Amino acid sequence: MAKIIGGITTSHVPAIGRAIAKNLQADPYWKPFFDGFTPIHAWLETNKPDVVVVFYNDHGLNFFLDKMPTFSVGAAPEYNNADEGWGIPTVPTFTGEQDLSWHIINTLVDEEFDVTTCQEMSVDHAFTLPMALLWPSQNWPVKVVPVCINTVQFPIPSAKRCYALGEAVGRAIASWDSSAKVAVMGTGGLSHQLDGERAGFINKDFDLQFMESLVHDPKWATQFNSTQLVEKAGTQGVELLMWLATRGALGANAKCTHQSYHIPISNTASGIMLMEPVA
Amino acid sequence: MGTQDIPGTVMFDGEQAKKGYALNKMCYSFNDAACRAAFLADEEGYMKKFNLNEQQAAAIRAKNVLQLIAAGGNAYYLAKFAGIFGLDMQDIGAQQTGMTKDEFKAKLAAYAR
Repeated sequence: MAKIIGGITTSHVPAIGRAIAKNLQADPYWKPFFDGFTPIHAWLETNKPDVVVVFYNDHGLNFFLDKMPTFSVGAAPEYNNADEGWGIPTVPTFTGEQDLSWHIINTLVDEEFDVTTCQEMSVDHAFTLPMALLWPSQNWPVKVVPVCINTVQFPIPSAKRCYALGEAVGRAIASWDSSAKVAVMGTGGLSHQLDGERAGFINKDFDLQFMESLVHDPKWATQFNSTQLVEKAGTQGVELLMWLATRGALGANAKCTHQSYHIPISNTASGIMLMEPVA
Repeated sequence: MGTQDIPGTVMFDGEQAKKGYALNKMCYSFNDAACRAAFLADEEGYMKKFNLNEQQAAAIRAKNVLQLIAAGGNAYYLAKFAGIFGLDMQDIGAQQTGMTKDEFKAKLAAYAR
């Protein structure tokens, strides 16, 4: 059976794409953020995952408000990035792991998560930038399965539900008839708010408590409803749902192998974690 | 879930999604470079094509983000509109909070302490 070797969580704001395009990795503004990936590069080099399952939220590239699935799973042979309107360079095509896609879909629906399946799916910056942070060459050494969670339009799924989704995805990976090594990734957050007079809101205390909770009390954030999450983390900080799904996929116990937290990148408090499951 | 629960925050819920559908649909079209060019070539005609109401059209003409949100705009689609004019999220944040961009950036940096 396939093996989950670790979970990686990171912010995904578009400004990262501009920084990559301008080679600003060593710039004083960006260095603290990009340096957070050095230990992750070493871990990837040592552990060499074959597949990455990515929990992310589309921002209006693949989905519009005409059809807005709460949970959707990619089942495409390949995934392309495209113009999102504000001009960061696109990245090379990703190869899908369709066998795992369908095993995840079958498992999720069997566990009563009624997901939308996508045999064609564009992936936006929330997918592409974290991949480019993990593999700066953009010569992807992994196949991928995108799992998209709606955070555009309320009601958004609860923290509790997203954690449970992650747990079910973890069970699906662990029961996949394959010798592959699988990593999971969750992108977005941490605290930030782009819209309204409250734009520029950041909550360092909450972010640090949330990151700590993923190791020692992983369901801590599931006590909060969506409005409470907006209040604590900002309208876009609710992207921490992707982190919860990732943590859920790792199973009951996990250790933190690396973490980094830095304020600000663009309007956002950036967080990075690398966690490994503990049997 | 009300829209006034958190000060300075409009939750983009069903009510907003319904109200802002035409505006957001127009902004979604700006993923396409040809659509961005078509908008710039004839802003009024382009808005008419998407059936924007007067509140939405006025907010687009004013390029005023708070007015666009009040008219049902969603931050992610509005970002595509802002992108046409080379405005990034810090420009948008500064405009909404009545600060200069440098003041807004300083406000963000201050959270690190």
